[in-house]
Amino acid sequence: MSELAVDRDVDRSKMKVSDEVAIQISQMNKWYGTFHVLRDINLTVYRGERIVICGPSGSGKSTLIRCINRLEEHQAGQIIVDGTELTSDLKNIDKIRSEVGMCFQHFNLFPHLTILENCTLAPIWVRKTPKKEAEEVAMHYLQKVKIPEQANKYPGQLSGGQQQRVAIARSLCMKPRIMLFDEPTSALDPEMIKEVLDTMIELAEEGMTMLCVTHEMGFAQAVANRVIFMDQGQIVEQNEPREFFNNPQSDRTKLFLSQILGH
Amino acid sequence: MSDIHAQTAYVRTAMLPQAAPPVRETGAVKWVRENLFSSWLNIILTLASIWFVWTVVSHLFPWFYNSIWRAKSLTECRAIRDATLGPDASAACFAVITDRWKQLLFGFYPSSEYWRPTLSLVLLVVGILPMLFTTLPRKLLWGTLALPFVLFFLLWGGSIWTTVMVAAGFVLGFAAIKILTPIGGAILAAIGAVLIPILFWIYAAGPLAESLHSILPIGLEFVQSKDFGGFMVSTVIGVAGIALSLPLGIVLALGRKSDLFIVNKLSTAFIEIIRGVPLIVWLFTASLLLNYFLPPGTNFDLLLRVIIMVTLFSAAYIAEVVRGGLAALPKGQYEGADSLGLSYWQSMQLIVLPQALKISIPGIVNSFIGLFKDTTLVVFIGILDPIGLTNSIRASTDWNGIYWELYVFIGLMFFIFCFSMGRYSLYLEKKLQREHR
Ligand SMILES: Nc1ncnc2c1ncn2[C@@H]1O[C@H](COP(=O)(O)OP(=O)(O)OP(=O)(O)O)[C@@H](O)[C@H]1O
Ligand SMILES: [Mg+2]
Repeated sequence: MSELAVDRDVDRSKMKVSDEVAIQISQMNKWYGTFHVLRDINLTVYRGERIVICGPSGSGKSTLIRCINRLEEHQAGQIIVDGTELTSDLKNIDKIRSEVGMCFQHFNLFPHLTILENCTLAPIWVRKTPKKEAEEVAMHYLQKVKIPEQANKYPGQLSGGQQQRVAIARSLCMKPRIMLFDEPTSALDPEMIKEVLDTMIELAEEGMTMLCVTHEMGFAQAVANRVIFMDQGQIVEQNEPREFFNNPQSDRTKLFLSQILGH
Repeated sequence: MSDIHAQTAYVRTAMLPQAAPPVRETGAVKWVRENLFSSWLNIILTLASIWFVWTVVSHLFPWFYNSIWRAKSLTECRAIRDATLGPDASAACFAVITDRWKQLLFGFYPSSEYWRPTLSLVLLVVGILPMLFTTLPRKLLWGTLALPFVLFFLLWGGSIWTTVMVAAGFVLGFAAIKILTPIGGAILAAIGAVLIPILFWIYAAGPLAESLHSILPIGLEFVQSKDFGGFMVSTVIGVAGIALSLPLGIVLALGRKSDLFIVNKLSTAFIEIIRGVPLIVWLFTASLLLNYFLPPGTNFDLLLRVIIMVTLFSAAYIAEVVRGGLAALPKGQYEGADSLGLSYWQSMQLIVLPQALKISIPGIVNSFIGLFKDTTLVVFIGILDPIGLTNSIRASTDWNGIYWELYVFIGLMFFIFCFSMGRYSLYLEKKLQREHR
């Protein structure tokens, strides 16, 4: 879609993929009632990978990444995050959730708390960080996403792009080892898309392990080391970005790419 | 072409000064014309309303205006009226209020001890201020926490050790949560927090209080619940009901939204059963039926039973109001909290409830107002609330036959209470609106 959204050189020097496994998904299946939404998903994510997931609407992209921090429950197969298997054990779930950051399409900031409070809430209550230290960390990340001056405002007073950057900062304050993004830019105007993508690129440049559901193909080309195409609840094709875009194998992928890139 | 240009091109040479709008468009004239006389139908309605208001006021005004405040009985009132205004004049006899106001306020509470309920009211008002207005220092909330026990001691009196033991039960319950949660999880802690205090109160509290009292006898004259009456009893039931039903209602609402099957069904059944039966039936249950279920010989205070019933009743309504607030909250808020690793109780306490309660404020206050007025129903089970006292005031030969003045007074008192609650709720809504947008 908007290949123009990424207009700067991306520093790939620190983007190193190690052979340590960050997420291991094997034979994972999920149903909504009788609707088989995810079918036999196998996916291994190594530390430092930047994976972009794309696919037509309703193909199960959101469901897949929401399974990784158990916002959705899977019914068969295995998901292991950072060595911890996701089961109905609440302790494991809370542990994994505090290690895995997530950004949503609609930001999901807490409107009754200030930006700073949004960012310090989880460190203080989940990590038991002293308030002062949590605030310092929060200000550090707000600086990073370039909105420290908004710290004492409420989310409702910020633009969409600013809110999404706060949401990213809020996740980062938990010092996550993995970040999940579910269409972080699709509720935003074009100028704001750029500022959010810039933030995400910076994150990638620092070596964060990232899984992004996005239709920003410019971002995928610039940052991703792997692009995954999903359709009808299955992983149809995956490849490194250049091959994926220039030489797609499956017909479904070709069709999807021709629609989304407007060729 | 050039013609069009000549017409469209335009340059202003002199700027216009600010002018006042035409008289017909401003102030009272405009308002009256637009709001009262804008059409024929409107004119007719306006005139009819004026006539109606005039009729009501012209009948009521003399009654209030001529009211008699100093007399010892209704006959004396009538005599004064006949002497000063003539026998046909309409005049209220508010002397009954001046004569019996103490009884209307305190019922049969011993008059030497009137200072206790009065002090309680003052403490109550001062004590809840830190809760109502968040600008006050948060440390004051500890005082608010101690308030129920102080009030309990002041109102009923007896040995201070009884109150201390009641409070100790709560401390034990709290300690049970703190100690048992890390060991056995939330469910064990909840069971412990309920069972330990109850066992303590039944088996240990009585003897402990007695022995402590024999060592250090401090206390106030004991006043039985049956001597409580008037507005005091309405306030005691109302305030206790409000204070207890809010937390209970919130818990029930969460229970009804819970994924845990048993918790969900129990909360739902409780809410539906309590809501589906009139309060008066529950009050009769409290006053008559409970005696059959309790072991013979136990003397379970009637007022306490009524407070429990009123609390349960109001909690069911509040639960539904809060559930509405919970449902109105976008799913993203729950997910945002979950994705940060907050536990269920943390996300409820920090994210969900603050927002859901904010949405529910009007409904909650509405329930409170309903509860407060419903306390007048206790007259049917023999508690002498203000309505009950009107009967006993009329039973004396002095005031036999007086109705309106008493009811007007009682109505006014209730109105003041309820109206201020409504105003506070508006204040709170506005304040929260300002804060978060
Ligand atoms: N809670 C639910 N209950 C039942 N069906 C659901 C639920 N959530 C999603 N679905 C269905 O599951 C399928 C996959 O949904 P999902 O949100 O994962 O798609 P997606 O790939 O993220 O699509 P989009 O690009 O539109 O966000 C869709 O067909 C959707 O209708
Ligand atoms: Mg989606």
